[in-house]
Amino acid sequence: MWIYIVRRLLWLPILLFAVSAVTFTLGTFGPGDPVVVQLGARYDEETADRLREQLGLNRPVLVQYGDYMWGFIRGDFGESLRFRGRPVRELIAPKMWVSAQLALAALIISVGVGLPLGFFLATRQGSWIDPTAVAVALFVMSVPIMVTAPGLLWVGCLKLGWVPCSGWGGFFDTRIIVPALILGLPGIAGMTRLMRASTLDVLGQDFIRTARAKGLSEWSVSSRHVFQNAMLPIVTILAFSVAGLIGGAFIAETIIGIPGIGRFAVESIFDRDYPVIMAITLVGAGAFVLANLLADISYAFIDPRIRIT
Amino acid sequence: MATFSKTKKPKKTDDRLGSGAGASHLSRAFRRLLRKKIAIAMIVALVVVYTGGIFAEWLSPYGYTDQNYSDILEGPSVDHWAGTDRLGRDVLTRTLWGIQNTVILTMVAMLTGGVFLGITLGLVSGYLGGKVDAVIMRIGEVFASFPDILLVIILAATLRPRILDGARWLEDNTALDGLVRTGVVDYLVVSIALVAFGWVGMARLVRGQILSLRETDHVEAAKAIGASTKRILFIHLLPNSISIIVVTVTMGMGALTGTEIVLSWLGLGIQPPRPSLGTMLLGAGNIGTLRETPWQLLAPGGAAFVMVLAWNLLGDALNDVLNPRTK
Repeated sequence: MWIYIVRRLLWLPILLFAVSAVTFTLGTFGPGDPVVVQLGARYDEETADRLREQLGLNRPVLVQYGDYMWGFIRGDFGESLRFRGRPVRELIAPKMWVSAQLALAALIISVGVGLPLGFFLATRQGSWIDPTAVAVALFVMSVPIMVTAPGLLWVGCLKLGWVPCSGWGGFFDTRIIVPALILGLPGIAGMTRLMRASTLDVLGQDFIRTARAKGLSEWSVSSRHVFQNAMLPIVTILAFSVAGLIGGAFIAETIIGIPGIGRFAVESIFDRDYPVIMAITLVGAGAFVLANLLADISYAFIDPRIRIT
Repeated sequence: MATFSKTKKPKKTDDRLGSGAGASHLSRAFRRLLRKKIAIAMIVALVVVYTGGIFAEWLSPYGYTDQNYSDILEGPSVDHWAGTDRLGRDVLTRTLWGIQNTVILTMVAMLTGGVFLGITLGLVSGYLGGKVDAVIMRIGEVFASFPDILLVIILAATLRPRILDGARWLEDNTALDGLVRTGVVDYLVVSIALVAFGWVGMARLVRGQILSLRETDHVEAAKAIGASTKRILFIHLLPNSISIIVVTVTMGMGALTGTEIVLSWLGLGIQPPRPSLGTMLLGAGNIGTLRETPWQLLAPGGAAFVMVLAWNLLGDALNDVLNPRTK
C-alpha cells in the first residue's frame, strides 16, 4: 500500500514533465509568433527582433524549455507575454481563486441536491417517481453547457429577473448563482444517479436486514447504516467531478463574464501566451493527477477488500 | 451505474428468448433492446437528426449563405421555420448544415480514434503485455493527464495554421487545387484533436477486458491447440469484449458530440461561412441576443441536445441489455 503510494508519487513529476514537454512542443512548433501578436500594428522587423531578444525567444528551443522548467521547479512560472512583465503566477493566482470558489459553489449544489435525491429515489423503488427521476437525470446530464447557460440566463435573469445577468462579485454574491447552477446541474444529475445506485447496493446487503431485525427504528437504519455506507463510494467520485467542472468553466465563465481561469486559459491560447498556457496546463494536470491518486487511495481505505499493489 | 431495468419486472417473453437455440448473445440483446421504448425513441431521434444533417444539401430550404435582407432577425414563420439570424440567413438551414459537420467530425473521430486506434492499442497492450503495454499505457496516461478538454483545445488551436500551411504547400506544388477552400483543413484539425482525446478510454477498457479474458480456459485451450496470435486475438478475445465496446462507442459518441460543439463554440472548429452548431450557439447565447431574439437558440440548441441525449440514453439502454450483470 505505502509502496504503491510512494511509487505513484514518484511517477507524478515524470508525468508532469511529459505533459509539459507535449505542451511546450505544441506551443513552440505551433503557429503564430507571440511577438507578432504582441506588437500588432506596430510590427516591424527591428522592433520584433529586439523584443525577441528581450524575451529570450531567439534562443534554441531546448534551451528555452530547460530554462522554463528550471524556473518552474523553483516556483517561477515565467512572465506573461501578453501582459508585459507581469509574472504568470501573479496573473493566474487570483483567477484560480475565482474559479475555485465557483467550483466549490457548483459542488455544493450538486452534492447538496444530488445525494439526498438519489437516496430518496433508492428508497422509493417500484413507484413511478424512481424511473421518471432517473430519466430526468439523464436528460439534464445530456444538455450541453452551451445550451444550459443561455437557457438559465434567459429564464433566471431575463424572464423572471431574479438574478443579475453577468459579472462576478465573489462567493457571497447573488451573481454566483447562475454560473454555479450551470456548472452544478450536470453534477446534480450525476450525483443522483450514483447515489441511487450506491444506496440500492447497500439496501440489498445482509447487515441492513440484521439492523432491521435488531429492531432499530427505520430512521436509524436509514441514516446510520444505509446513508453512511452509500456515501463511501461517492466520496471517491468527488475528486473526479471537480476535474469535470474545469471543462464547463471554459464556457460558463466566458458566457457570464467571470474573470476565472477557464476564460483566461481560452484567451491565452488565442493570444499565444505560452508561459500562461504552460502554467495553467501544468497546474491543472498536477491537480488532476493528484485527485486521481487520492481517489485510488481512498478506495483502498474505504473498502479494505481492494488491495492495490 | 443506475439502470432502468432494475425497477422493471422481467417480462414473460424473456423465457422464450433465453432458451432460443442458436440465438447469439448479440441478436438476443438486440431483440431485448427493441422492446425498450426509450431505446426505440432514441434510435428514431438519432435517425431523424442524422438524416437531416447528412442530407442537408437536399433537405434544407435555402442555401446556408443565402441572405434575405428583408427578413433579418425574423421570428419563426412559415417561410423560416426556425427564424433568421442577424444576416438574414435561415436558421433551420444553418442548423442542418451544422449537424452535418458535427456528424462527419464525430463519426471520423470515433472510427479512427475510439474504434481503430483505441481497440488496436488496447488489444496489443493487453495481449503482448510487458514493455509494449507499459509504453502504450504510459503515453495514454500523459494524454489523460491534461485537465479535461484542455488538450483538445490546445491541439486545435496550435495545429490549424500548421496544417493550413501544409495544404497551401500541397496546392502550390501539386495539381491539387482549392484544397483550402473546401474546408478539408478544418475537418482534419478537429478530427486530430478529437482523436487524441478519444483513444485513451477505449484502449484502457479493451486492455482490461483482454487481461481478464486472457486467463480464461477457452483461451488457454486455443493456445494449447496451437492457434495463432492473430486467431486468438480476433476470434477468441475481441468478440468477447464486443458488448463493452458497443456501449463505450455509443456513450462516447455523446461525449464526442459535446466536445465538438465546445470546440466550434470556441471558434476552433469549422470556420465560417460554413455553419457549425457551436458558432450558432455562441451567437445565440450572449445576453444581448437572448434579450432580443431568444428563439435563435431553439434550433441549434435542440439539435445539440437531442444528439447528446439520444446517444447517452441509447448507451444506457444498450448497457442494460448487453451487460445484464453489471450495474
